Amino acid sequence: MIDSLDIITLQHIWWFLCSLVGSLFLFLNFVQGGQTLLWQVAKTDLEKSLVINSLGRKWELTFTTLVLFGGALFASFPKFYATSFGGAYWLWIAILFTFVIQAVGYEFRTKPGNLLGTRVYEFFLFLNGSLGILLIGIAVGTFFTGSAFVLNDYNQVTWSTPLRGLEGAINGFNLSLGLFLVLNARTLGAMYLLNNINFESVTEMEERLRREAFINFACSLPFLLIVLGSLFFMTGFGIGENGLVSMVARKYMLNMLANPWIIGILGGGLILVILGVLLTAKSSKKIGIWLGGPGTVMVGLALFSLAGFNNTSFYPSTVDLQSSLTIFNASSSYYTLKTLMYVALGIPFVLTYVAFVWWSMDRGKVGVKELGSDAY
Amino acid sequence: MMENFDPTMVNWARAQFALTAMYHWIFVPLTLGLSWLIAFYESIYLKTGNEEWKRLTKFWMKLFGINFAIGVATGIILEFEFGTNWSNYSWMVGDIFGAPLAIEGIFAFFLEATFFAVMFFGWEKVSKRFHLFSTYMVAFGSNLSAVWILVANGWMQNPVGMAFNPDTARFEMQNIMEVILSPVAVTKFTHTTSSSFVLAALFVISIASLFLLQKRHIVMAKRSIVVAAVFGLLGSILTGLTGDSSAYENGFYQPMKLAAYEGLYDGEHGAGLIAVGKLNPQKKVGDSQEAFEFEVRIPGALSFLTNRKFGSYVPGINDLVYGNEQENIMGAAEKIEKGKIAIRYLDAYKIAKKEGDELQATATLSIFKEFEQYLGYGYLQKPEDAVPPVALSFYSFHVMVILGLLFPLVCIAFLYFGMKGTLEKQSWLQVLGLPMVFLAFVASQAGWVVAEVGRQPWAIQDLLPVSMATSNLSTETVQLTFYLFAALFTILLLAEITIMAKQIKIGPEEI
Repeated sequence: MIDSLDIITLQHIWWFLCSLVGSLFLFLNFVQGGQTLLWQVAKTDLEKSLVINSLGRKWELTFTTLVLFGGALFASFPKFYATSFGGAYWLWIAILFTFVIQAVGYEFRTKPGNLLGTRVYEFFLFLNGSLGILLIGIAVGTFFTGSAFVLNDYNQVTWSTPLRGLEGAINGFNLSLGLFLVLNARTLGAMYLLNNINFESVTEMEERLRREAFINFACSLPFLLIVLGSLFFMTGFGIGENGLVSMVARKYMLNMLANPWIIGILGGGLILVILGVLLTAKSSKKIGIWLGGPGTVMVGLALFSLAGFNNTSFYPSTVDLQSSLTIFNASSSYYTLKTLMYVALGIPFVLTYVAFVWWSMDRGKVGVKELGSDAY
Repeated sequence: MMENFDPTMVNWARAQFALTAMYHWIFVPLTLGLSWLIAFYESIYLKTGNEEWKRLTKFWMKLFGINFAIGVATGIILEFEFGTNWSNYSWMVGDIFGAPLAIEGIFAFFLEATFFAVMFFGWEKVSKRFHLFSTYMVAFGSNLSAVWILVANGWMQNPVGMAFNPDTARFEMQNIMEVILSPVAVTKFTHTTSSSFVLAALFVISIASLFLLQKRHIVMAKRSIVVAAVFGLLGSILTGLTGDSSAYENGFYQPMKLAAYEGLYDGEHGAGLIAVGKLNPQKKVGDSQEAFEFEVRIPGALSFLTNRKFGSYVPGINDLVYGNEQENIMGAAEKIEKGKIAIRYLDAYKIAKKEGDELQATATLSIFKEFEQYLGYGYLQKPEDAVPPVALSFYSFHVMVILGLLFPLVCIAFLYFGMKGTLEKQSWLQVLGLPMVFLAFVASQAGWVVAEVGRQPWAIQDLLPVSMATSNLSTETVQLTFYLFAALFTILLLAEITIMAKQIKIGPEEI
């Protein structure tokens, strides 16, 4: 069956798969969100330890998903990998920096002889959860607003601003998307911690988490509205029948109308996030994360689909439209995409064992007795 | 035509990649080997039910965890650095190189990441058997990750299973099985992982020797040593065998690298292998000075190593640079000329295509195809540019080999006295064991210097020079990130060392 797929279908499938991995990453950002909540929801050392040890059992999954997102983009859309990473250099270096310091944050935080002290490692975690996610949001925002680059005949990239990607932060849309992702990660973080911690000895923290889930969601709403409003009305980068990229008024609204399923998953995703938050804030239930998480995945999928499908440039250039990247001109060869499809058949197997192990480990919640010698 | 980058910036990009790769490689070999040792210790615990083995397992696991975190931290930079600093490389070979990285992410990283949590926090949450299974999965996942990254690296050393597409100006994959099963990739994986097993075994031996010298945790130290010594000895044998294969393959696929790490300037029949030697620092490619100030040579051994025949011809650096008609060797000088023709006709082809002149496009493409295999050489400025740094390659290779010969002897000594039950009385051996882990790190790093420096000036052997593979960045930008990463990684390394030292001082916990 895979052999019968043509290159255009494969390019669409691979954009969808990369989008799915990216969207799962946004869900798993509950780890980053939880890291930024540390000072607000954990008032004692015990509470702090519970939060860190709850998140510490999942940080690797988030990290791995980010690495896979990079690897999948490299393999399926190498021109994007080359153009964006090599062009928006400072933006990506700053993002990577925050993930390097996160990786040691958990393991080194309380170990004797850690050189920098517990507070510094906690600050590393905060920086990763706040600045790291904000910058990722800005990077994703440029999928819609464009970046200042030119490609020559050999696809070598020249970036037109000295800030090399950081200039994306002065765009209202990009910034709003970044802030929304930070606040959404915090909302998810609160819902995850509520679900994962045993509050027997720390009853007050449960209330704080419920409150934070609501407050952060409420704070994220204006930014979400800016992003959605802009998507409905902004001019986008379309691909004409001649393969040339041009500016198209209300391009993303047209994309939604052409693909109503995108409206479906966007609306459905938002409803799930809202339900998750309401269940968390207004009831004693703890399953908010299992609504908010999938809801975030759906919203993420809708955003990436809007950026890449329906003859749209997913990485547009604002200074040379014909340098813009599309899923057609940025992809790997037919052979590589097809071969990778066979590899992708293993993804359900991977997801199954991840889910099984998650379930096995989370049957008992993280409580005081988990804070023994094996704890972070 | 493709833009040539500022050589100073290219060298800084090289330095940054070397810095991040070398830092990363401090932590990875320990992860690759120690994960198996921990799984073996835990297996013995499960089989015997003896809590001492659990205590021992948890101690090594704690050190593993500290090391693992910083390995992950340095690893993410490496993956994304292909894009940030080597964007032209990413575009030109991403169609091939990206696939193993994606497969690594899907199959290996998730295995590691998922079961890592069970291995560390699942002692009381899952059954003993499932815990052991998880420990093995972490070991398997780490080593599976090495498979894919070394397939990618093996392809850089010996690019197979692909073709150049003049329309997209990149290399595209034609046969993934050729990429995966390339003999160079297989040897790269087996040699790298087996040497990592030796390093991990020596890590255990060094720390356990310290315990024995301090008369602490004696039973635990002795038990740790015996298993590690067996593992280290087997790893050493495999390292030796695969090292031989590696040199043999270098003779075929990377003769310049072989000539550089052997300091062989003029090719000869029945070439001798340098056991030890000091290079003449004044020696230049093409001059008539002696290559060595002194050397101890094993007659005919290099010919045997390279071609499995004692009297066979091994080309030297001068043959490969200037050519040797008698031995039918085309030199870099001639390849550069042909490469420049390839570049000229590729440019002409691109222009003809742009102008819609199909006739001209077909004609230029046919000439390009004739010279295509020399395309990479066309970007070298002069024939001598095809020579890697000889001294660095030579000394790194010989340090690696000499230490590689020492390690199995050390493992045998520890195993012998361990089996005899008199390890704690052999204080000379304990003292000898102390620095072994540092020497193993030196050998391991030296091995990568040989592999990567020896491949210079190529990013992809014979196809893509490093100078054409970088991103279009300013020198100052790359310098700044070099210093940033140098500072960050150094601080994190120091933190790791002090944390490990504290944990070693504390020793295994009481159960």
